[in-house]
Amino acid sequence: MENRLFMKGNEALAMAAIKAGCRFYFGYPITPQNDIPEYFSKHMPRAEGCFIQAESEVASINMLLGASAAGARAMTSSSSPGISLMQEGISYLAGSELPGVIVNINRSGPGLGGITASQGDYFQATRGGGHGDYRTIVLAPYSVQEMHDLTMLAFDLADRYRNPVLILGDAFLGQMQETMIDRPYQPLELPPKDWVLSGAMGRKPRLIKSLYLKEGEMERHNWKLFEKYQKMKKEEVRYDPFLTEDAQLIVVAFGTAARVSKTAIRQARAGGLKVGMLRPITLFPFPEAVLNELSKRTPKFLSIEMNTGQMVEDVKLSVSRNADVEFYGHPPGSPPTPEELLQAIQKAY
Amino acid sequence: MKQVFSRPNSLRDVPFHFCPGCHHGVVHRLVADALDHFQLREKTIGVAGVGCSVFVYEYFNIDVAEAPHGRAPAVATGLKRALRDRIIFTYQGDGDLASIGMSEIVHTANRGENITVIFVNNTVYGMTGGQMAPTTLLGQQTTTSPYGRDFLQDGYPIRMAEMLATLEGVSLSARVALNNAANVLRAKKIVRQAFEMQMKDMGFTFVEFLSSCPTNWGMSAIKANERVEKELIPYFPLGVFKERKESDVL
Repeated sequence: MENRLFMKGNEALAMAAIKAGCRFYFGYPITPQNDIPEYFSKHMPRAEGCFIQAESEVASINMLLGASAAGARAMTSSSSPGISLMQEGISYLAGSELPGVIVNINRSGPGLGGITASQGDYFQATRGGGHGDYRTIVLAPYSVQEMHDLTMLAFDLADRYRNPVLILGDAFLGQMQETMIDRPYQPLELPPKDWVLSGAMGRKPRLIKSLYLKEGEMERHNWKLFEKYQKMKKEEVRYDPFLTEDAQLIVVAFGTAARVSKTAIRQARAGGLKVGMLRPITLFPFPEAVLNELSKRTPKFLSIEMNTGQMVEDVKLSVSRNADVEFYGHPPGSPPTPEELLQAIQKAY
Repeated sequence: MKQVFSRPNSLRDVPFHFCPGCHHGVVHRLVADALDHFQLREKTIGVAGVGCSVFVYEYFNIDVAEAPHGRAPAVATGLKRALRDRIIFTYQGDGDLASIGMSEIVHTANRGENITVIFVNNTVYGMTGGQMAPTTLLGQQTTTSPYGRDFLQDGYPIRMAEMLATLEGVSLSARVALNNAANVLRAKKIVRQAFEMQMKDMGFTFVEFLSSCPTNWGMSAIKANERVEKELIPYFPLGVFKERKESDVL
């Protein structure tokens, strides 16, 4: 019989990381993700792992870089302002082709912003975030169950591609408690880590770097990374369709916005409106092809986000030209209500 | 015929790119000598800082990770926590360690991470063309202190070895110079001691080298060596500022 747990999102995520073999966590306190470092500080010693409360997010991400270079599964977590500080390190991870899992429990911004849930970091998460021409896989959970399951997946994807993977949650997902199934970790098939630094015992020295100065090297490296991102687009797109078959209007939403939208869509259906939803689970790679396919039979799309309009740009780029894309935004402060989203759906329908 | 001198195995057989009279080559050699002496080449991972230091991977015959500017001690922390039986050292210049990386070096030292830090203080940003560093001496002209460093404008040069020696987590903090044979021999001894302490799990060890930078100082190699003696050593005195014994650690 499957084991059911009643857990907080942040703790389910941390528990899943340890199940997936993560033994190195480095982090710095920031609300609303403190349950994650607190969980690791308690449980890492029991798992014979390493927890360090770093002096800053800058140090956290670079400790992760070091542990990852040694071949260990490592992660860090933070919330928006702290994730901004990590962008340098994330860029170096991508350039050095090092795996690593970074969790952003999105709070509001810009600046110090506030501690309530937001989806304001969509652009930062999906466009690379730091300097240079790179992408990270971005997973967007929408329940405590997915906070758990996608975390285990994140470690495998990071190792599969030798690339940082971001989990973009938000303050609601991190703080809410609900029932989840305690699924076991089932690893994907992964390539051997034949690149790790361990001391050049009986082999040639290895080098992990992102500096390319010699003629033509940088261009070749950028194209190599590009090929990797193309492969992600081909093989790692994940999404969750909901009542899309006969839909005349498809809501596109992720995370908490998708969770609330689902209730509003059920209400709209009860009122006779043929509404469905396409929920991207990977924000990069974005489900472009499936949206394009849906737009051949559904004329209208409504992007619902907890910001003033970010993912809507990707929706517009994905759908066919004659499809109509509208946007409804609820910037952070309070959560969007089903009633409010129902009105937005009725208006767009 | 008996061979009495050769390139350490921990260095590759390639020419250094460093400018004539620069001390980086000597620092490389002394670190490699220590790795050879304790037979550590195959169990050591170096962490390269940014600046002229970054090219350690071109010269050392060992595994190397390159760190973002100033972050080498954090990267080394991650490596060492994951590989406790390996030898980890960072190699950093003064801009890297004492300016942008001040936070990382202080906290890594304070945690007493069991790593060795090789700090090359030549009082300028070398690779970027000789800008003012946190260790630039008062009155010293650089490309960003063209009228000479003025404490009212730029503050004072930072004495890292003394500063880190105040931290409980530090096991060895020393400053050495390479301007004459006697100082090179003293430096060699201290570098060996630092790595030996790491082998004994004694915690954080720090060796600051006063180094010349003839190119960015606008001097001949000989004049630059003289400047180390006349100007650098009086402000940055040589010596061991903190040294824990095995009995202190256990």
